[in-house]
Amino acid sequence: MTGWLRYLGRYGLHFFERLGRASIFLSQVLLGLPRLILRFRLVIQQLYFIGVLSLLIIVVSGLFVGMVLGLQGYNTLVDFGAEESLGVMVALSLVRELGPVVAALLFAGRAGSALTAEIGLMKATEQLSGMEMMAVDPLPRVIAPRFVAGVISMPLLAAIFSAVGVIGGYFVGVGLLGVDTGAFWSQMQAKISWSDDILNGVIKSVVFGVVATWIAVFEGYDAIPTSEGVSRATTRTVVHTSLAILGVDFVLTALMFE
Amino acid sequence: MMDNTGTKIRSLYKKMPDNNKNSPLIEIRNLHFSRGGRMIFDGIDLDIPRGKITAIMGPSGTGKTTLLRLIGGQLKPSSGTINVDRQNVPELSRRDLYKLRKRMGMLFQSGALLTDINVFENVAFPVREHTKLPESMIRSLVLMKLEAVGLRGARDLMPSELSGGMARRVALARAIALDPMMIMYDEPFTGQDPISMGVLVQLIRLLNDALNMTSIVVSHDVKETIAIADYIYVISEGKIIAHGSPEQLNTSDSPWVKQFIHGMPDGPVPFHYPAKDYLEDLISGAG
Repeated sequence: MTGWLRYLGRYGLHFFERLGRASIFLSQVLLGLPRLILRFRLVIQQLYFIGVLSLLIIVVSGLFVGMVLGLQGYNTLVDFGAEESLGVMVALSLVRELGPVVAALLFAGRAGSALTAEIGLMKATEQLSGMEMMAVDPLPRVIAPRFVAGVISMPLLAAIFSAVGVIGGYFVGVGLLGVDTGAFWSQMQAKISWSDDILNGVIKSVVFGVVATWIAVFEGYDAIPTSEGVSRATTRTVVHTSLAILGVDFVLTALMFE
Repeated sequence: MMDNTGTKIRSLYKKMPDNNKNSPLIEIRNLHFSRGGRMIFDGIDLDIPRGKITAIMGPSGTGKTTLLRLIGGQLKPSSGTINVDRQNVPELSRRDLYKLRKRMGMLFQSGALLTDINVFENVAFPVREHTKLPESMIRSLVLMKLEAVGLRGARDLMPSELSGGMARRVALARAIALDPMMIMYDEPFTGQDPISMGVLVQLIRLLNDALNMTSIVVSHDVKETIAIADYIYVISEGKIIAHGSPEQLNTSDSPWVKQFIHGMPDGPVPFHYPAKDYLEDLISGAG
């Protein structure tokens, strides 16, 4: 019994210690942001690696998720003769939930893991130490551009995911199952509100972007500088980011759509 | 070619005022440092004179690299002072520390080159970060530094295409890019073939003399280190156990120094890891 308690205590302390370290780390990264404005080229470079290179997986996944939504939604709606609402259903599911959440999960797997591994290996090969000794602080030089690029990329990727998903739903609903084109689009236009649905979805994806990139860069920076340490950190990034996103999503949804 | 550049640079340096020529560049007093409950340094005093090559030697795991990190301010000692050019490193503010580091070069064992940019950009990195020189001047500067280490032709290669010895030479060119007052070499000879080793030994000596720098070489390669060092400190188990010129150490009477310098397998540092009696150990296992 005491052994179990002790384990729990140690685990709790360890968790809060890392959370504290991650918060100090984040504040240091944020402090380095003003200097980054003068060197925006560094951010653009990272936008390419983090955002542009994630496009393929986002577009393909978005298309399939939209198609599945179209298929499943049609089967349910058709029983009530409400298949004309398919457009609303697909678009609402995507902009409110699936767009931000699935895009963030894919982002964690594609870009987050790469960020952790890259930063972890830079640490393991003494590149970060080397920079410090050249009087270049790695936080503003290496971490901050990646963090900013991640936070900018995430909402854009989520928006692209949702847009492509709607097109996927359109292909299946209108193209294959014969839903009326006019009804599909006009109901979507009429029922989806800019501030309640789209804006809330964007807010969600910005928050997910901060959470996912923060975890990814922190895990890399905090990794034990060995091959095993970096591999563990990469795994932790994907696991922790996924859990954090789903948890934060519940909280945000409860606040936004009560 | 290399000597020529050296003379020019040396004559430039001679014109600069140097008021504290005789005081040591680095003064370490009563340095204590421990990590993970283990004492690494237990009251070390050492001086690194200006313009000379000082070697710090000792068996693996005695904290030689740690000493360089303490001098560079990447680690903080438990107590003691580390004066570099009359500034106490552990007490410097972050800003002053970074200012001081601009005048320090460090050569890491792995080279620590940035793997996503080529050789030229690696050498240009500190120049671009710390100066606003025009592109043409950066180009000339980088090519001069690469020429000094004999790798001007390798400027377009990526770090992954370099051999270990070449990577270390590129790192050396990068370390001298901003003309530092001192340079720290962390195990520069480890894992090098004889030719690269010879090149590095020559480079360290030449650069030290040509640029009028102060060099600190941390190493356990006795032969190469004795060949280039002006003064040697030997560290073991957290203490300085011997120091002197290479000749003095070569003729030292201390059994420990003798074992280390001549690489004898047994002596004051025993061949066996501490264990209970051999016979007793064998018998107890049988029962």
